[in-house]
This record gives sequence, C-alpha cells and structure tokens, in this order.
Amino acid sequence: MPNAFNPSVSAELPGPAWLADLRREVAEGIDDVAPPSSDEEVWRYSRIGDLELDRFQPLVVQAPLVDPLAGPGATDVNAATLVLRNGWLEDSWISAEAAGLGVTAGPIGDLEDGAAYFASVLNVPVDLFGHLNRAFGPEPLAVVIPDGVRLDAPIVVRIHTDADSSALFPRLFVRGGLDSDVTIVEHHTSADVVSMVAPVLEALVEADARLSHALIQDLGTGVWQFAHQVFRVAQNATVETFVAGLGGCYARTRTDCRLVGRGAEAHLTAAYYGEGDQTHDFRTFQEHAAPDTTSELLFKGALDDTSRSVYSGLIRVDPEAVRTRAYQTNRNIKLSPDAWAQSVPNLEIETDDVVCSHASTVSPVDEDQLFYLESRGVPTTIAERLLVEGFFNDVVKRAPTEAVGLALRAALVERLDRRLRNFRPEAAA
Amino acid sequence: MTTERVLRIEGLCARVGDTHILGGIDLEVRAGEVHAIMGPNGSGKSTLSHVLMGRSGYEVTAGSVTLDGTDLLGLAPWERAQAGLFLALQHPTEVPGVSLESMLVEAAVAGGRDPVGIRESLVVEAERIGFDEKFLDRPVNVDLSGGEKKRNEALQMSVIRPRYAVLDEIDSGLDVDALSAVARRVEDSTNETGLGVLVITHFSRLLEVLQPDRVHVLSHGRIHASGGPELAERLEAEGYTGILGEAADAPEVAVELSLGPDPFADPLA
Repeated sequence: MPNAFNPSVSAELPGPAWLADLRREVAEGIDDVAPPSSDEEVWRYSRIGDLELDRFQPLVVQAPLVDPLAGPGATDVNAATLVLRNGWLEDSWISAEAAGLGVTAGPIGDLEDGAAYFASVLNVPVDLFGHLNRAFGPEPLAVVIPDGVRLDAPIVVRIHTDADSSALFPRLFVRGGLDSDVTIVEHHTSADVVSMVAPVLEALVEADARLSHALIQDLGTGVWQFAHQVFRVAQNATVETFVAGLGGCYARTRTDCRLVGRGAEAHLTAAYYGEGDQTHDFRTFQEHAAPDTTSELLFKGALDDTSRSVYSGLIRVDPEAVRTRAYQTNRNIKLSPDAWAQSVPNLEIETDDVVCSHASTVSPVDEDQLFYLESRGVPTTIAERLLVEGFFNDVVKRAPTEAVGLALRAALVERLDRRLRNFRPEAAA
Repeated sequence: MTTERVLRIEGLCARVGDTHILGGIDLEVRAGEVHAIMGPNGSGKSTLSHVLMGRSGYEVTAGSVTLDGTDLLGLAPWERAQAGLFLALQHPTEVPGVSLESMLVEAAVAGGRDPVGIRESLVVEAERIGFDEKFLDRPVNVDLSGGEKKRNEALQMSVIRPRYAVLDEIDSGLDVDALSAVARRVEDSTNETGLGVLVITHFSRLLEVLQPDRVHVLSHGRIHASGGPELAERLEAEGYTGILGEAADAPEVAVELSLGPDPFADPLA
C-alpha cells in the first residue's frame, strides 16, 4: 500500500471516538487487503490494472475552496440539501417541514445511533476501496427518515471533488424508516482535476418503505471513480435506483441490491454515455434472499469514439426465495467502430419456483431504422442522433424526479451536439 | 432553360452480394404520371425500390438514374430524398423513441425548408387520409397495425411533398377503405403537385383505384411487357404466365417480348 494510506494519516481525521476506533482498526489492517485484480470476475474487463494508486493521497484537512460551488439547484424545492466537498461537509440545509417531521441529514458522527448505523448494511467492505473509504473518509453523512414519514420533495446530496491528486472517500448512510417514502438524489461533480474518488452508499429500506435513489455522475474526465452502493430492502419495501453515468476517466459503479424481506421489490436503472477514451464500468447484484421478491433492471448505454463500457450483472436467488421474479436487460449502442462494450449477464438460481430473464445486446445503430429516417430526408448523423436520443427515452422516463430526467436529457443532448459538431464543423455556430 | 421533369432509369443493373437481381431496367416516369410495376414474387420489384433509394447492400453495377436531371446514384439516401424522391416501404420500420414530427422537422431543416408548419400539415393530412390523430404522437410506426403503417407512409408523403414517389406494395395489408383513401391521396398529389408515381404491386386491385398511365411487367429483373391500364386487366385475367408465357422461366428469350406500345414513347406526344 502506498505510504500515503497509513494509520497516522487516518488518525488525524475528525469525528467521534467510535469512528476513530473503527478507522484505526481498518487502517492498521489495510496492508492485508489484497488490491483488486482483473483476474477476479468482478474486476474482469475493468481498467484496475491502469490505476496508479500512489499518484493519489488522502486529505487530512479540507482543501481551500478555490471556485465557489454552483448550487445543486434552489434549496427551497428540496426537503434537504447536503454539500460534501472532498469528503467534508461544506454546507447543509433542511426544510422546516422535514426537520419538523424528525428527518435528519448531516454527519453520521453527530447522531446518537451513528455507530449502530455505520457499516450496518455493508458489514464487511467488498474490496480495497471499501476499506480505504472506512479508514480515510473524513466526514461520513447520514440521512434518517423516521417511520411513517413521507417526503414529496427530494433530498439532494452534492458530492464535489476539487482537490487535485487526491484520493477521496465520500460516504452516505440512508435509513428509510418503516412505511416511509423518500427520494434522494446524489449529484457527483468535480473540478478539472486528476483524482480518485471512491464513494460508498449504504441504504436501509425498512418494511413497507419506498426509497428512490439517483446518482448523477458528472465528474471531470480526469477522475477515477470507484463507487459502491448497497441497498437492503425489507418486507414489502421498494427501492428504485437510478444512475446516470456521464463523466469520469474510469467510472465504476457497483450496486448490490439485497432483497431480504418477503415481497421486497427493486427497480434498477442506468443510462451511460461514453466519449473520448472514457470507461464506464457497472457491476450489479440482484440478490433475492426472501420469497415473493421482485427485481427488475434496465441499463442502457451508448459508446462513441474509443470509449468502453462493461456491464456485468448477477441475479442470485437463494433456496428460500421462492416465487422470485427477476429481470435484467442491458442494451448498448456502439456509435463508433472503435468503441467497445462488454455485457455479461449471470444467473445463480437455487430454487425452481422462479421467473427470471436476462437480455443483453451490443450493436451499432439499427440499420433499418437508420435507413427509414434517411429515406425521409434526415441526414445520417442527425438520424443517428434521433435514434440515440430515442434509445434512452424509456430510461429517462424512469428518472425519480423531473429535474433528474431533464438533467440526464440535457447531458445526452450536449454530448450528441458535440458529436454532430465533430462530423460537421460548420454546424458549430 | 427549364429542366425536363422526369425520373429516368436507364439500363439499371444491380446485385445483392453475388446475386444479380436487376438485369437492365429502362423506365421514365414523368411529372404527374402514374406507372405501375407488376410482377411475380422474386422478379426484383422490391430490389428496384431499394436500389432507387440507395439502401446499403444493394450494389448498382451498371446504368443510371436521374431525377429532373440530378444524378441520384451518386447521392446518399437522405440526399436522394432531399432531391425529391420518396420511398413508401413495403414493411415500414418501427422506430422506437423517435416521433413522427421530430423526424419530419429534421428532414425539413436539412432541406432548408421552414419546419414551423409541419405539425399543422400533419394534422390536416392525417384527417384527409384517415390516419387517427392520436397516432401522431406515437414513436414512428410503433404499435401501429399494418394498415395504419401504410396510411402513415402516405401521410408522410403528403407532408414531405416529394417530386416522385416509389410506393412499394403500399396496398398489402390495407382494407378497401384504407386502400381507396391512400390511392385517392396519391392521385390528388399527381394533380396538385405534379407528383410522379412508381407504384409497385402484386395485385391489380390497387390499380382500380389508382389509375396507372402505364403498366410494366417485371420478371427476372427486366421489364418484359409494358402497356396501358388494359395490361393490368389482362394480368388479372390471364396471370403472369399468360402474359409472360415462357418468359417467366426463360428470361433470356423474353427480351424480345414486348406486348404494349413502345414504353419509351412520350405518352404526351
């Protein structure tokens, strides 16, 4: 392990004693954690071999704010807003209504139950980045929705990176109480830096609750991202996850969705767009551990230039998870002959009484559809653009809030405009 | 000097892979004329329509196609459409996620035409052609019945206002009402905008509502007989073997067989 990741660095981070103890324990054992290798199935096709971890250092103090952050939107339309910069809480706000209902949003270290919540969904980190997050995350956050509380407005968490050459470890814990209903939008952005960010989300969705979660990943193209999100979904609860993969140099998002209560339900959605030499890497685990559970996944991506994508998804059905319904669809459009997409669906089913399906495709724009548009007089590049926009329609419709849908659509349009300008320089004006 | 308004196909030969399908097609469709191409399965009717629009996979090996003097074969499919050619497909493609309006707007913008009136034009033409207005907001052809898709092709033709339209089996899958609505709209365009039409069909039923000026019988990639509307009636009565005789099986001798008047004679002369 590079020198920068040593226990004395970890020991300088702020927080309560329980957090310091936990950090120290993880930091002292960090040299025993094997670094990921593309020999492991879960890292196969990844670019982990290209990562030079010693280029990045964890921060012991917050970096000075150079450019003020553009807000994540007017705070008054949100139930709460948290701004995490380089792993430290920069700003937080909660509406009077949400506060009145007992909702809390802030550092997990400030909570009475903080120690009980921390790592309660993800007991053991799944890889080196998870361990590093525990040892070097300066200010983990928690959002706690009390039982029975339903919020119409979303809680927005802006996670921004602006420290160059740094290794950053944002962390968020969410508890949606019994019969609660909340939408949480994480917006990950960065300045034009070369850094590594390894965010962790732990979400506990209690019985009969609904959690809708979005991650808009709009990092700069110099940033390596290793995100891990874990959802534990209790009886008759529903989780909807949504990822917009837009930025990053290498952007990996691993999603573990564990349906642990009877009748639990999950809908997982992602849209990604690769340009230049970006790599998007998605690993999903739909784990059915209880009867009558349903999971349904739709991931769609478009890859231009020499960009790459990996989708690898496992549907796992435990022996007791009878009457499981599990669906998984991954579709990729290659917009350039030099783009590359890999789609690997896997099933591990230990009971007979299930309905499972998976479908994956990697293909160029549909030739018949392209010809149809061309035969009406639509120029080839514009026809491709219409088709790609249309390809993402069903995913955009699944965005948890209108604002997220609009943001995704705008980001896609921006990229498709850029693509068109590269074809037709005269259209740049 | 004004350019002669004619879609002129001369000596057109084409192949798909190693299979030669068109063996020298000569045809002239003048503005306002309706020409019907009839022929048995596998005679090359659909290939001709795809070759005219420039679909990839169809390779022209000889001949020329000009539209009002513009060489079409050197153009990309969308440029052929912008030059004034329209192809109504036998099996209109479903295009999920793309609306009819956005497709036609992009086509208009690319052609330097004002896209502002397109919505209104769609509504007016949909009414005229009996295309349910609620389908206008669906993605192109998605979840439409076979008949609705054909009406949609005629609708788009009316909005785009091409100079020449190739209608590939537009009658298949259409009920009688739809057939006459579509035929009437095509007929009207020949009068209103001088649309030249090449209608490709199996059956003479369409030609009862859409009166052709000329009928051509295609077999083995060549036109073996040309004539007036009476040729379609003969086909109905005698079948292709009746008209083509041995030609249906022996194209090399059929070259001599020409039943109608000279197909290249100027019908307006």
